[in-house]
Amino acid sequence: MSERDCMEYDVVIVGAGPAGLACAIRLKQRDPDCTVCVIEKASEIGAHILSGAVIEPEALEELLPGWRDHPPPICVPAKRDEFSRLSKTGRLRLPTPPQVNNHGNYIVSLGALCAWLAPQAEALGVEIYPGFAAAETLVDEHGAIAGVRIGDMGVAKDGTHKPEYTQGIDIRARITMLAEGCRGHLSKRAVQRYALDTDCDPQTYGLGMKELWQLPEGRTEPGLIQHSIGWPLDNSNYGGSFIYHIDATRVAVGFVVGLDYADPKFVPFEAFQQFKHHPSVKPLLAGGSILSGGARAIVEGGWQSLPKLEMPGAMLIGDAAGTLNVPKIKGTHQAIRSAIVAADHWLEKHTSAGFDARLRKSAVGRELRKVRNLRPAFHSGQWAGLAISAWETITAGHSPWTLHNRADHGALGRVDSESASYDYVSRDLPPRDRLQSVYFAATEQDEDQPVHLHILQPDVCMERCRAEFDNPCTRFCPAKVYERVEGENGPRIQINAANCVHCKTCDIKDPYQIIEWVTPEGGAGPNYQNL
Amino acid sequence: MKILVGLKRVVDYNVRIQVKPDGSGIATDGVKMSINPFDEIALEAALRIREAGQAEEVIVVGIGTDACQQQLRTGLAMGADRAILVQTETALQPLATARVFLQLVNREQPGLVILGKQAIDDDCNQTGQMLAAIWGRPQATFASGLTLTDGKATVVREVDAGLETLEVDLPAVITTDLRLNQPRYVKLPDIMKAKRKPLQCIAMDELDIEAGIAHQITDYERPAERTRGIMLESVPELVTALQSRGLL
Repeated sequence: MSERDCMEYDVVIVGAGPAGLACAIRLKQRDPDCTVCVIEKASEIGAHILSGAVIEPEALEELLPGWRDHPPPICVPAKRDEFSRLSKTGRLRLPTPPQVNNHGNYIVSLGALCAWLAPQAEALGVEIYPGFAAAETLVDEHGAIAGVRIGDMGVAKDGTHKPEYTQGIDIRARITMLAEGCRGHLSKRAVQRYALDTDCDPQTYGLGMKELWQLPEGRTEPGLIQHSIGWPLDNSNYGGSFIYHIDATRVAVGFVVGLDYADPKFVPFEAFQQFKHHPSVKPLLAGGSILSGGARAIVEGGWQSLPKLEMPGAMLIGDAAGTLNVPKIKGTHQAIRSAIVAADHWLEKHTSAGFDARLRKSAVGRELRKVRNLRPAFHSGQWAGLAISAWETITAGHSPWTLHNRADHGALGRVDSESASYDYVSRDLPPRDRLQSVYFAATEQDEDQPVHLHILQPDVCMERCRAEFDNPCTRFCPAKVYERVEGENGPRIQINAANCVHCKTCDIKDPYQIIEWVTPEGGAGPNYQNL
Repeated sequence: MKILVGLKRVVDYNVRIQVKPDGSGIATDGVKMSINPFDEIALEAALRIREAGQAEEVIVVGIGTDACQQQLRTGLAMGADRAILVQTETALQPLATARVFLQLVNREQPGLVILGKQAIDDDCNQTGQMLAAIWGRPQATFASGLTLTDGKATVVREVDAGLETLEVDLPAVITTDLRLNQPRYVKLPDIMKAKRKPLQCIAMDELDIEAGIAHQITDYERPAERTRGIMLESVPELVTALQSRGLL
């Protein structure tokens, strides 16, 4: 094996999402001599980005004061909010909670926003490399993170090298910014390696699914923001829907399910599809077509679950850290702000030490602390959640208590316990099933490469999980990556790795925590358009 | 010897093509664009010839807006020595494209022009053949094998009946089929180096090309949705179903 190529920078940033790109821009704005490299596993900037998204513009304003003069391609001022509770056939309008009052905000495509940020970063001298996956972190002789190693390209399924094999290079840097988004695999390992989560609650998550629809003219109200709770989820499940009206013919439709659901038979994808068939939603969509669609886990733990955000040689920023504000259903402004704090901290101190305290004291931390009790309040069901939320909102988070979070994977009940029955309707809107939805995600992956979803103890699948939980991976995965098939020696789990949309749900919700998501070859995965 | 390679910017092959709501074209807003896959194979073939010491320089050529620089830079990162972008806002039809290449051939005097057999957007499969005709040089299309010896190219072609082997005198035009090679991965340090390789821009007007518009596209529309199939229990049911549709 030839000596591995190496490139050196002051800063390497893993992930070209809003946090990573904002961090790069801030670093170069304040210190043009600082060398900055951004690594992105998607084939193009924005292709793995999926978000609602309604954003608060203040953080963007702080980063790029003149941004309104040349706004991102999809950027619609919020006009009107609607908040409802659905029953199977009815819709009850509720007062809009203050957290989701969107006056002054913008409906954007976060993917398009990132694709718009990237050339601005490049113009400042940032080097951005899409199509390259950071496979592991480099650790120096003192145990500090010293950069990242890019995954090899051209490795066959059996591990042998194909003729076009290309060894990944090392990118060494004085500081590594982990900006991988929710449940990044390097961030997860860093949290374990440096025991960053010993003093916080377990991180909790949701699964967001989204489709961008093209509709006949005359149905939309550009700037309208609709949220709902209730059906098709029952009282015990946290989650809800969003419909954002972009322009005369396009709406973003999505559904978020808390991954702390208990029923192993529950299928999040099906809940989303059911919602689209509610009598108040279906007429909007019928006859339209899906432009793009996909899914992504969302970090929901907030203040209590925030791990220590610094370790020797690296910092966690954005959703990799867990800065999303769940009650607001917004993470972009927090991600950008946390990136600015991280960039400033590095330029002033030249060490990661002290970043954690600085971020907690910053606007990012203050915002999370204020709403810390809202999400866990829903552990007792939707009505209790709404009541506690109202109290916490009135008292502006000054309650003397902090409710705790529980790990999502521990929430699953056994399959033999009383299983909920779902009051579902028959449906005819696309996509027909999960495989068709993968088609809208336009996933691309060379099948002849090692499977990037590792089951660490394969025996558990059939010997324990099948009886205890009936293999919930076959249901919670929104892309049908996991299938139970009849093999020569009885049933087994088949992994359709090429379907994977990189949402990370399996890594989170697997009850035994034996599924490990790692990056496939750079450039593999979904090719989202304007999600 | 110089080798000229065409790189067309097209909607990536993984992208689900969407027709604009007004039927005026294909939606490209927020859509991933790539090098036409056949052109990538053409570049790989040219690079292998140069690496075998049979050529000194590989020049990649793009025709289109400044956005095409992205694909040319990828070509440079794969290993091309320099790039030429012929700048135009209008999409060219194959004859005009061939005429642009002829002008560049006259300037650069390459020993070989390697093009993809067709582009995956318009599927014309004409440019290479037209270039050979107006240049007055041999052509070997649909190449799945290519070797150079003593001023000649031996080309294995994929034809309906099987494989055909041709020998052509150089200079010549060769167009590539899918099985010619597997293009290499771009290495990260090479992307950085590619930023410093020469990329020459030539305005279309400078070349004095006759547009050669042979056809006009009047409308785009989505293919009709396939209706859902039905499951039948028996052969008699199938016969009845076919009869009721007038198919039997």
